[in-house]
Amino acid sequence: MNLPSRPAWPWLLLAVLGAISLAQVAVFRGETVNAFWLLAAAVCVHLLAYRFYAAWIAARVLVIDPTRATPAERLDDGRDFVPTHRWIAFGHHFAAIAGPGPLIGPTLAAQFGYLPGTLWILAGGVLGGAVQDMVTLFLSTRRDGRSLGQMARDELGPVGGGAALVGTLLIMLILIAVLGLVVVNAMKHSPWATSTVAATIPIALLVGLYLRYVRPGRVLEGTALGLLLLASAVLGGGWVSTHETLAPVFDHDPLPLAGAVIVYGFAAAVLPVWLLLAPRDYLSTFVKLGTVFLLAISIALLRPDIHMPAVTQFVDGSGPIFGGKLFPFVFITIACGAVSGFHSLIASGTTPKLIRSEADIRLVGYGSMLLESLVAIIAMIAATALEPGVYFAINSPAGAVGTDLNAAVATISSWGFPVSAEQMQALAQQMGESSLLSRTGGAPSLAVGMASILSATFGGGLLALWYHFAIMFEAVFILTALDAGTRVGRFMLQDLLGNVVPALGRTGWYPSVLLCSALVVAGWGYFLYIGVIDPNGGVNILWPLFGISNQMLACIALTVATGILVRSGRGRLALVTGLPLTWLATVTTWAAAEKLFSDDPRVGFLAAAADLAAKLAAGTLPEAKAAVAPQLIANQQLDAVLTTLFVVVLWTVIATMVWSVRRHLSGTCTRPLSEAPYRRSRSAEPA
Amino acid sequence: MSDALRALLDSVRQLTGDDAYERYLSRHQALHPERPALSPAAFYAAEVERRYSGVTRCC
Repeated sequence: MNLPSRPAWPWLLLAVLGAISLAQVAVFRGETVNAFWLLAAAVCVHLLAYRFYAAWIAARVLVIDPTRATPAERLDDGRDFVPTHRWIAFGHHFAAIAGPGPLIGPTLAAQFGYLPGTLWILAGGVLGGAVQDMVTLFLSTRRDGRSLGQMARDELGPVGGGAALVGTLLIMLILIAVLGLVVVNAMKHSPWATSTVAATIPIALLVGLYLRYVRPGRVLEGTALGLLLLASAVLGGGWVSTHETLAPVFDHDPLPLAGAVIVYGFAAAVLPVWLLLAPRDYLSTFVKLGTVFLLAISIALLRPDIHMPAVTQFVDGSGPIFGGKLFPFVFITIACGAVSGFHSLIASGTTPKLIRSEADIRLVGYGSMLLESLVAIIAMIAATALEPGVYFAINSPAGAVGTDLNAAVATISSWGFPVSAEQMQALAQQMGESSLLSRTGGAPSLAVGMASILSATFGGGLLALWYHFAIMFEAVFILTALDAGTRVGRFMLQDLLGNVVPALGRTGWYPSVLLCSALVVAGWGYFLYIGVIDPNGGVNILWPLFGISNQMLACIALTVATGILVRSGRGRLALVTGLPLTWLATVTTWAAAEKLFSDDPRVGFLAAAADLAAKLAAGTLPEAKAAVAPQLIANQQLDAVLTTLFVVVLWTVIATMVWSVRRHLSGTCTRPLSEAPYRRSRSAEPA
Repeated sequence: MSDALRALLDSVRQLTGDDAYERYLSRHQALHPERPALSPAAFYAAEVERRYSGVTRCC
């Protein structure tokens, strides 16, 4: 760990470079800032944080003990518990935590300018998210790989544990709905995108069959075959989009596409895992890692200029992409990439069972999160390297800019972000689309950014091909998250319902599988449906709700961690998780309060419901909107209820922790820590 | 093949689970050689089922 013989100068150099880069990004910004400085600032901050802060936490706060046998060593069964080389464990963990979240959040938050989001990704990542992931991984490793829910139950009692489980189920439903919405928005009236995404399903099935029957378990071969087919699907999509009879077959309104996603979600949840979910997961992991790597290299080589201002006027809450002021909403919008509660489920699920030595926990837990944070920075660069006018034209919902292209570009130009109708038409044509206006959700604008960067790096134009490759890349792992999430949601629901009707708790009983899958799909399907019929695009409602629920889960993980650290006698060192917890609980509660009580109908759920109801009663709504208004009103009210529930869950968990800690400090608590007893590792040198 | 390339390939195979059956087999033969081992197909089917029974992917 801390070898005094190593020279200090490389770290000093890194600190100086980091300081210069941050100053370029935040202080001396001239006309435009180059993306290189963003990337350099991130890499320096990450390396320094990893070398010093994470090492200090590992040594002093967690008191990592490499002589202690990990569960992977003690319980080694060759399957679940497997002592794994640290870089392999790192790869597994990173592949599991990195989903579409860090790509979408920064893209949406770019409406505030590039600076607020970037600073939050850096600070939140090294002080919050990576700490959460590492500490949770450590605690679970010390507890035989127990899950966050189980640890919450052990440490906080049944109330805290139950709250954690219900919270997790809800976050899953909202996450899947918002991801579904992102895919639908990328596919609407785009035969190329729709046919390519549709083709990924038979491709996954084919790979599934290959891996099961032709060459069982030869994952690399199966994946190579799948990747080849995926590439041809992207090419074939271009052919379909210009085909006279085929193009209309794949040209649809958002609503039928949402219906297709819902049907697909149900089918994926009840089909055997090997047939669809597993092969899709292999493909998505490869495509994901490969594309992120390609993009990072391209940005480093190309060093595009950032065209978005550092801070836009929308920090006052008037932003078109989502309503709400910079504080607290930037901290809610960017969850994954800075702090993501969801990671704690992975860090307390499969990963601790792979940890060979406690000494690896810093690399796997803290290191993986830093890499995800870097992915978020890359997404921020891709979004802000676009002309701001183009960025707002793609990401602003019809409710904010209308559906007429000329009127929309006039509105956006009037905000001070000039863009012309010809420019948007030319861009759409280059990308092989009929229109890019109001393709909300972040995926299409990211794809435009990626296509521009990748095509410039590799030369040869081919913008339309790169664009649809990027859409395919996002769709593949969004659909994987959708499949896997539905399945996990089903397990959780079966677990919950099994307490009432024992038969429903049997995960293999087919009627229970069908019923619980249908319930989970209906849950997210409802939000997806509402999101599609909402003229404001739905993303502006669902994404903040997702952010709030994800941060709530992070608060639960940090609460459990802080409680355990205090009860382990760490004293003030527990602030390492206690401070991020305080900050997150504050911003989450603040954001929730604004979503509930703000008078601005663009921010407050209840204000929006009241506003819509008044307009409906006065008869001032256009006919199409009046038809769906009652559903939209009911949904806004439901969102208010959910937000309240999240806040109640959050503070219940915090209150139980404070109560348990106070009892511990006053000496009245008798509950022992749930840590597994010490056993010496075989790899430790003899004393 | 050079050692470095070999090591890289081994890592990739391990990371993707491509070598899972070989690992299982060597372990099985070391621990309980008297019992028959699963076939590659049966092992793969059981593995996939086990691996996707919890939270495996994130947002």
